[in-house]
Amino acid sequence: MEITHYLGLAAVLFAIGAATVLLRRNAIVVFMGVELMLNATNLAFVTFARIHGDVTGQVLAFFVMVVAAAEVVVGLAIIITIFRSRRSASVDDVNLLQS
Amino acid sequence: MTTSGAENALFWVLAPLMVLAALGLLFARKAVHAAVCVMFVMVGLAVLYVALEAPFLGVVQVVVYTGAVMMLFLFVLMLVGVDAADSLTETIRGQRWLGLLLGLGLVVVLLGVIAQAAFPPAAGLAATEAVTNPVALARVLLGDYVLAMEAVGVLLVTAALAGLVLTHRRRLSVRPTQRVLAAARVAALPEGRTLTPLPAPGVYAQNNAMDTPALGPDGEPLPHSVPRVLRIRGQERSATAVLAEEETLVPREDLRRIGVGPSSDVPDGTTSPGEDDDEGGEVR
Repeated sequence: MEITHYLGLAAVLFAIGAATVLLRRNAIVVFMGVELMLNATNLAFVTFARIHGDVTGQVLAFFVMVVAAAEVVVGLAIIITIFRSRRSASVDDVNLLQS
Repeated sequence: MTTSGAENALFWVLAPLMVLAALGLLFARKAVHAAVCVMFVMVGLAVLYVALEAPFLGVVQVVVYTGAVMMLFLFVLMLVGVDAADSLTETIRGQRWLGLLLGLGLVVVLLGVIAQAAFPPAAGLAATEAVTNPVALARVLLGDYVLAMEAVGVLLVTAALAGLVLTHRRRLSVRPTQRVLAAARVAALPEGRTLTPLPAPGVYAQNNAMDTPALGPDGEPLPHSVPRVLRIRGQERSATAVLAEEETLVPREDLRRIGVGPSSDVPDGTTSPGEDDDEGGEVR
């Protein structure tokens, strides 16, 4: 097995996450799709770190994890706030600016 | 660099399962099922990190992602409502097929790029990890990227504050303190309210039901000792009825004769010890 198979797995996971963001309507599930994409990039980072023999890739994956944690806190807080005022977590219901 | 046989087996067992779980995120109707699927993917990624000579990141992956992030997701799911299934009606026409098409296109493009790219022969991390992996990571993190790390620290504090501010609810009224509650109770005294808790319902030797009022020290029944709901429903029994039933069960003359009966006609709520053998069924 070539080590680039890990990159293939990362690409597939990333695409599934992107499709989740495009297809699903529940805001929390959409958010999990974003998390899946971040995880896929992390896998690519770690794989590249191993390919190039340099731990910098792992450090960058670490940064991605930290930023993802911060992003989850803010995003879920926003979802809760919207749910409180709108009684719904569907991204389709947040269209007040539309009309 | 070709990998060892054990790593081969690990990858080919884990990768299809992870892809299946990720597809579960895409297709699961319920959000909780999707969350469990994502958790599986993340644990699988942690295992792969360890296989990829990044044990520290593997541990951090388990702690941060499955431990903190996905638990936060589950908490929010419980808060928002677990039963809320995703609606499957399309609001934008053709969105589903377009989304699937874009996802497939992304897979094809990314896999094509990876297949076409020429990678250098993999070096492996054995050279940099003469020290252990966390130490090697710390040297880079606190050396080359120390400024970015400080910025990330600021970001984390800001995010924590943002979480507090966004979920903060302003109270519409002043929270009543114990002093305010006590003052309100004293102020309500002229309206017939009591300072103390209400008396318990009547307890007699033959029945201590909730629907019979207690007797005050003057022998008068206390109507407010019966729960308010029973009073409103009209289900309370008067104390005199209960006492009259006792009279029929044991005539007062007999009690007087054996010297344990009440000497006066004031009903005092206590009955003699001789009459509580099996009258409970008859009272009910």
